[in-house]
Amino acid sequence: MTAPAKFVGRSVPRLEDRPLLLGQGRFAADISFPGQWHMRVVRSAVAHGKITSIDATAALKLPGVHAVWTHAHVAHIPRIPFRLTRIEGLMPYQQPVLAEGVVRYVGEPVAVVFAIDPYVAEDAAELVEVSIEPLRATLLATEQPGVFEHELTTEAGVVRKAYGDVEAAFRAAHAVVALELSVGRHSGVPLETRGALARYDESRDILEMHGAAKVPHWNRDSLAQMLGRKRESVQLFEGHVGGGFGIRGELYPEDVLVCAAALKFRKPIKWIEDRREHLIAANHSRDQHHRVRAAIDAQGQILAIEDEFFHDNGAYMRTHAATVPDLAAAMLPGPYRVPAYRATGRIRLTNKTPCGTYRAPGRYESTFVRERLLDAIAAKVGVDKVEIRRRNLIAKSAMPYTLGLETLGTHIVYDSGDYALLLNKALAAADWKNLQEQLRQRRHAGEKVGAGVAMFVEKSGLGPFDTVRIEVTPAGIVEVITGVASIGQGVETVIAQICADALGVDYAGIRVIHGQTDRIDKGMGAFASRVTVMCGEATRLAAVKLRDKALRAAAELMQTDAAKLDIVNGAIVATSGSAGPSMPLAELARSLPGGLSAEDTFESGHMVYPYGVHVAVVRVDAETGGVTIERYCVAYDIGKAVNPKLVEGQIAGGLAQGIGGALLEEFLYDENGEPLSVTFADYLMPTAREVPELAILVLEDAPSPLNLLGLKGAGEGGVNPVGAAIASAIDDALERPGAVTQLPVTPQRLKAIMAAAR
Amino acid sequence: MKPAAFVRHVPRTLDEALKILAQVAPQDGRVLAGGQSLVPIMAFRLAKPAHLVDINEVEGLDRISNDGKLLSIGARVRHAAFHKSVVENPLGLLLTEVARHIAHYPIRVRGTFCGSLAHADPASEWCLVAATLDATMVAKNTRGERPIAAKDYFQGIMSTALAEDELLAEARLPLLASDAKFGFNEFNRRAGDFAMAASLVCYRLQGGKIVEPRVGVGGAEPCPRRIAEAEAALNGKAPGDAVFRAAAEAAASAVEPLEDHQTTGEYRRDLVRAVVRRALEQSIT
Repeated sequence: MTAPAKFVGRSVPRLEDRPLLLGQGRFAADISFPGQWHMRVVRSAVAHGKITSIDATAALKLPGVHAVWTHAHVAHIPRIPFRLTRIEGLMPYQQPVLAEGVVRYVGEPVAVVFAIDPYVAEDAAELVEVSIEPLRATLLATEQPGVFEHELTTEAGVVRKAYGDVEAAFRAAHAVVALELSVGRHSGVPLETRGALARYDESRDILEMHGAAKVPHWNRDSLAQMLGRKRESVQLFEGHVGGGFGIRGELYPEDVLVCAAALKFRKPIKWIEDRREHLIAANHSRDQHHRVRAAIDAQGQILAIEDEFFHDNGAYMRTHAATVPDLAAAMLPGPYRVPAYRATGRIRLTNKTPCGTYRAPGRYESTFVRERLLDAIAAKVGVDKVEIRRRNLIAKSAMPYTLGLETLGTHIVYDSGDYALLLNKALAAADWKNLQEQLRQRRHAGEKVGAGVAMFVEKSGLGPFDTVRIEVTPAGIVEVITGVASIGQGVETVIAQICADALGVDYAGIRVIHGQTDRIDKGMGAFASRVTVMCGEATRLAAVKLRDKALRAAAELMQTDAAKLDIVNGAIVATSGSAGPSMPLAELARSLPGGLSAEDTFESGHMVYPYGVHVAVVRVDAETGGVTIERYCVAYDIGKAVNPKLVEGQIAGGLAQGIGGALLEEFLYDENGEPLSVTFADYLMPTAREVPELAILVLEDAPSPLNLLGLKGAGEGGVNPVGAAIASAIDDALERPGAVTQLPVTPQRLKAIMAAAR
Repeated sequence: MKPAAFVRHVPRTLDEALKILAQVAPQDGRVLAGGQSLVPIMAFRLAKPAHLVDINEVEGLDRISNDGKLLSIGARVRHAAFHKSVVENPLGLLLTEVARHIAHYPIRVRGTFCGSLAHADPASEWCLVAATLDATMVAKNTRGERPIAAKDYFQGIMSTALAEDELLAEARLPLLASDAKFGFNEFNRRAGDFAMAASLVCYRLQGGKIVEPRVGVGGAEPCPRRIAEAEAALNGKAPGDAVFRAAAEAAASAVEPLEDHQTTGEYRRDLVRAVVRRALEQSIT
């Protein structure tokens, strides 16, 4: 029995905001322990080379310096393991915590200094003399693979995904459309840089690491394994986290180093990343080059797609292993019927910062490729870009739709969706027909303005499980303890809303505990838009269980039948009406010898698949190559929005990041592999001035059949197709289909495109 | 991004400041005003001055004054001082128009006019103003003061005629004729960024014809400067699209553009053409 929804579906205020708005947040840098040492990383200034010597003599002489470590001090620590998508052959490309004889990117940790404060640590780091004999830097993922080490080449692995008879489809094709497309190197750049603070409590034999994020349990297990400790003797603690986006919270060399040093020196060790470090040391992402072909019939219906792409993963394979290219390949078909498909993703290593996931990993890239392809097909057969999509969309009647591909250990089955309906709603919201006419008139008057449309299918709710324990404390606080993490997305609020409805209490009185490995033994963390779906359903299950337990116990105490009781506003009351007895949950919890708690687990072998449409209107400045986004409209069907305002926030934030990748953000390197984007003056994040007013439609036409509330995750639909939609709009503004082949579309590149047309 | 150790001196008077600067200048002593350029450079350890002469407490340097011919701007005057017109003269409006393009509000509240001139970033809006209007920079040291004309002052990318023991105590801008027209335009990839090209234009009309034209271009070359070829294209002509285009073309041809990894000289010329024409267009709207 479930109470009617009082909180789910409403835009109630966020529970987590009070400390953040009052400046009382506890981010990694806010935590300190008495007697702590500060760690500073000495990073390679060379993109590729042999380390011939590291001389720490001068650094060690500096007053306040405690120690300097090089690879020899950590040689016993294994390389950082993979968390996801471990395809064969990638292991030898894992990153050591400190460079082992060879440096492979500018920014690679080669030594660490421990000192009394961060200033002295940085002074000392400058005194560590690292001699490197430079080797040729590989900077192009598309060039012939070279030698990585011994017999290993710079092609670390190949992702292959296929179904259907691709050759036959191309033989039978009315026409073939081929494109060469690339997406630049950019990444999530959270406001809070990374940070880690480790301390070892000898009395309890517990190693603690504070500053954890995203996947504390997995990192706990990995750290324990790498440092040769029992997993229960390592505990991770998540404080406030100033943005995740995929890159924050993965296990990085610095996390391992602070833990190893805390054990070795028996001192708390603190490391806070600075911005320059962040831009060269934390995961980069995207950076793919695609060669894609589609076989089509005379009406522009897709018969087959074949894609070969080069995924520049930077210098090493980090925790995500093959995740990004795997997702790119698996999600490329999107919302369209593609009878035959083959993708070959070549994971190439270069002498750049290693890569990992970034919000909509692989999909920002392959949506750009697929939607460029659809626009090209439209041009080829001479139909409108909306019409070509209509002709190819998977019908509602085909749901659930088995794609015939796998990713993240799951078969891809689109669980529900009405893609054509969403397209209609999005176009109506954008007033597409009138918009076309207005744009035509403005172009006639000499302006370069245009509209783009892009569609996509997202994935979310990755299992395999989430476990939640709910306790009513003697003080009457309902604690929801979960192994997920909060990276700022509103986990506490959303989980509390779900718990509140299922249990019969006010959401504002619920305390959601997350990211603390000492509070719950297992947890999957926060990634892949999984939390609301997986933890949400686990919370609902546990709350229902707790409710039943409470009603049974109360029935005994109140000498009545559990079926005649209900929980309303945190008190057990009679269903019959106001007259009956009432007992607050807190009182019940105090009266039960074992307290009042329940635990449940939600398991899911399949992901859920939200889907969306973006419409962009842009104006191109023909003289400067500048692009202004005039209007933007997002329609996103997520099955059920627990908190619509937070969903809108997810979409708006994602859009800003998508615009960054489409127009502004790019990690550039010079010909020697020297990074050129090491400050916010060079790595251009969009600001409020570059992000347009946004119309958002959050739709619930296709609830997921895979969980009771019908939930699908909302984290990545704001960013996924932005590059595609803006590219389409720029083409339209220039009246040149296919003009944009590369992201970001910088003014310099756009001027070159326009010049080439003359 | 923690700066190397330094000694901060906090003089209360200009004499005291100049004395300290004379002492510490040989040890890479620097003047600290708003710190919006120097401090980030120190954080990156691209500069490691052993001494900072912090002039934020020095009396009298926060003044803006005018004697009917010149507007004098002291070394502590912040960008934000120009959010409103500081003088009843078209120059006041010109400075207000330009000021809003400088970085972002928090930076404008701390950064100083003279600090921008001392730092001499090629893309600095105030440097462009100084060059276009032929400002005079007043440099002081313990031995006295010397005026430096804008055309002699800017010497290269972040390089000026100031000696290491000289403090840029004030900048003097000529007031404009009461009927002066001006326009400003810059192009950058994001609002508040350093301009990839910027132009300030100023002139008067006599009998419908442009006289005393000034066309300044910044961000495109190592130093901002007036472009004589563009001024010649305007002089004596009635303002209008064809004349403005001719002047913009002349400016685009005249500059020797900076290039970088992403920006070709040809593209920079395109930007110069655009910003000069747009500044001229703004002058008549």
